[in-house]
Amino acid sequence: MSDETATMAAPAVGRAALHTPTRGRAARWYERLIELGLAGCGMTSIVVTIGIVVILAHESKDFFAHVGLGEFLGSTKWTPIIGDHHSYGVWPLLSATLTTAAIALAVAIPLGLLAAIYLSEYAAPRTRKIIKPALELLAGVPTIVFGYFAITTLTPALRDYIPGLSGGNLLSAGLMMGVMIVPLVASLSEDAIYAVPQSLREAAAGLGGGAFEAIRKVIVPSAWSGIAAAITLAASRAIGETMIVAIAAGNEARFGFDPRQPGQTATAYIVDISKGETPHGSVAYQTIFAVAAMLFVMTLIMNVISHRLSRRLRAAARA
Amino acid sequence: MRRPIDLTSARPGVFAEKAFVWLCRLGAAIPLTMLAWLLYRVAAAGVHRLSWSFLTDPPSQLDASAAGLGPALMGTLWLIVLTATIALPIGIGAAIYLEEYSRRSKLAGLLELAIANLAGVPSIVYGMLGLGLFVHALAMGETVIAGALTLALLILPIIITSAREALRTVKDSLREAALGLGATRWQCTRQVVLPMALPGILTGAILAIARAIGETAPLVVVGAVAFILYGPDGVDAKYTALPMQIFQWTSNPKRAFLDNAAAGILVLMTTLLVINGVAIWLRNRYQSRRS
Repeated sequence: MSDETATMAAPAVGRAALHTPTRGRAARWYERLIELGLAGCGMTSIVVTIGIVVILAHESKDFFAHVGLGEFLGSTKWTPIIGDHHSYGVWPLLSATLTTAAIALAVAIPLGLLAAIYLSEYAAPRTRKIIKPALELLAGVPTIVFGYFAITTLTPALRDYIPGLSGGNLLSAGLMMGVMIVPLVASLSEDAIYAVPQSLREAAAGLGGGAFEAIRKVIVPSAWSGIAAAITLAASRAIGETMIVAIAAGNEARFGFDPRQPGQTATAYIVDISKGETPHGSVAYQTIFAVAAMLFVMTLIMNVISHRLSRRLRAAARA
Repeated sequence: MRRPIDLTSARPGVFAEKAFVWLCRLGAAIPLTMLAWLLYRVAAAGVHRLSWSFLTDPPSQLDASAAGLGPALMGTLWLIVLTATIALPIGIGAAIYLEEYSRRSKLAGLLELAIANLAGVPSIVYGMLGLGLFVHALAMGETVIAGALTLALLILPIIITSAREALRTVKDSLREAALGLGATRWQCTRQVVLPMALPGILTGAILAIARAIGETAPLVVVGAVAFILYGPDGVDAKYTALPMQIFQWTSNPKRAFLDNAAAGILVLMTTLLVINGVAIWLRNRYQSRRS
C-alpha cells in the first residue's frame, strides 16, 4: 500500500528507481559507463574536426605534390580538365569568390548594422515583435531558393538598368548573397549593441547628446568588437556560400573582378565538378579537394578571428 | 543660450536625427521587401503546378507538366529520419556531457573550441568530408546513409549548442536537491534535468532538422542523383532529395521546368514554415507554463 502511494505521488522517480541501481559496485559501473558514453558523444566534435583536416589533406596531397603551391596560388589560368594544356592556377576561382563576397558584404554590413541599430535603439516593442521573426524567416530561407530568385528575377530586373550585364554574373549572385547575410549581421550586431551597458547610454544622454550622437559616438564604438565579429563571420559565410553562386554566377572560370561578367567561385567549381561523374582519384576529384582545402583554411582563419573578437566583447561586458 | 557641455563642435540638427532614423528603418525594410518579393515571385510562378500528382509523380526529363516530386519527397523523408536518428542522440549526449559532467574542465574547453569551429565550416566542406570518408574510405557509395551521415555531422554543432542552452535554463538548486537526496549524477540528469529541459532541447532539434531539409550543396557533393524514378527502398539505395530536385529544375533552360522549380520551392518553404511553427509553438507553450 505504502509502496503504491509513493508511486502515485512521484511516478517518474518511482518507476525509474526500479531499474537504475543506486548503490554498490553495479551502480558505480553503470555510472562510469554512462559517463564514458556521454564523453564519447562529446568527443565526436573533435573527431569530426580532425576528420575534415585529415580527409582534405589526404585527398589533395597528390594534387599538391604534382602541381605545387606556387602554380596553384600564382597562376591566373584554371583549366584543370578541358583542353590539352592543363593549368592549375586558382586565381580565377579566387577572384570570383572575392568579388561576390565583397558585393555581399557591401550590401549586408550597412543594411544589417542599420537594422540592428533600429531594432535595439528605435523600434517600438510591437514593431520589434514583427521585424525580428521576419528577419528570422529570411535567415531560414534555403540558399537554393535565393539562387532561383537571382536567376529568374533579379538578373532580368538588373539587366534593364545595367547594359552589358551577362546572363550569369557575379553582381546579382553577390547582391542576393548580401540579402541572405543581412539577418546574420543584424542579429549578431544587435546582441553586441544590446550588451552595451545602460550607464553609457545614460551618460551620453546626460551630456546632452541626441540619440543619433549617442549611437554614433558611444554605443557603436563600444559595441565595436562584437560588430566586427559579426562582419568577419558574415565574410566567412559569404566565401563558403554555394548554391546562389552555383546557379546565378555563370559557372565560367575566368580571372577578373568585373561584377557584370560571369565567373565561377571556389564553391561553384566543386558543385560543377560534383554534378558529373568524378571517379575516385581522378584529376577532377583531386582538384575539388584542393579547392575545398583552400576554402576551409580561408573560412577557418575568419572564424578564429571572429571567435577572438566576440570573446573580447564578452570580456569587456563583464568588466 | 549656450549648453555647458558640447559633444561636437557642429551638432547635427533635428533633420539629421530624423534622417538617420529613416535610414535605420530602411536597413530593416529593404531585406524584408526582398523577402516579400521573393515569396510573391515563387508563388506566382509555381502555384499553378501544385497538385496531388505533382507531389507523388516521378520526375520527367522531357515533359515538365508530367514531372513530379515523388522520389524527391521520399528521399528527403528518408534523409531526415536517418539524420535525426544519428544526430540527435550524439548531439544531446554531447550537450549533457558538457553541461552536467565536465563543466569548466580542460577537455570541455577543447570541445567547445571544436564545436565553435565546426559551426563555421561551410556546408560544402561537410560534403567533401562525406565524399572522402563515407562514400569512398568507408565504401558506402552514393547512398542515402552516406547522405544522412553527412547531414548529421553538419547539424551536430547546432543541436549541441541549442541543447546546452536548454540544459542551462534548469536551475542548479534542482540539481543540488536531487544530488542531496542521494541521486547519482545520471539519475539526477535523467529524472530531474532532462524532463525540464526536454521542450527546449526538442525546439532546437526541430530547428536543426529544418536546416538539414534545405541543404543542397553537401548532397550534390556526396552524390545525390539528379534524376531517379523511385524513392529509396533501403539505407543503401540511390536517392534524390527535394532541394536537389529544385536545383536540377532550376538548371534546366526550359521555362516550364523553372515553374516546376518554383512549385518545388513552395513545397519546401511550406514544409519549413510548418516545422518552424511547431518549434515556436513548443517554445511558447513551454515558456508560458514555466512562468
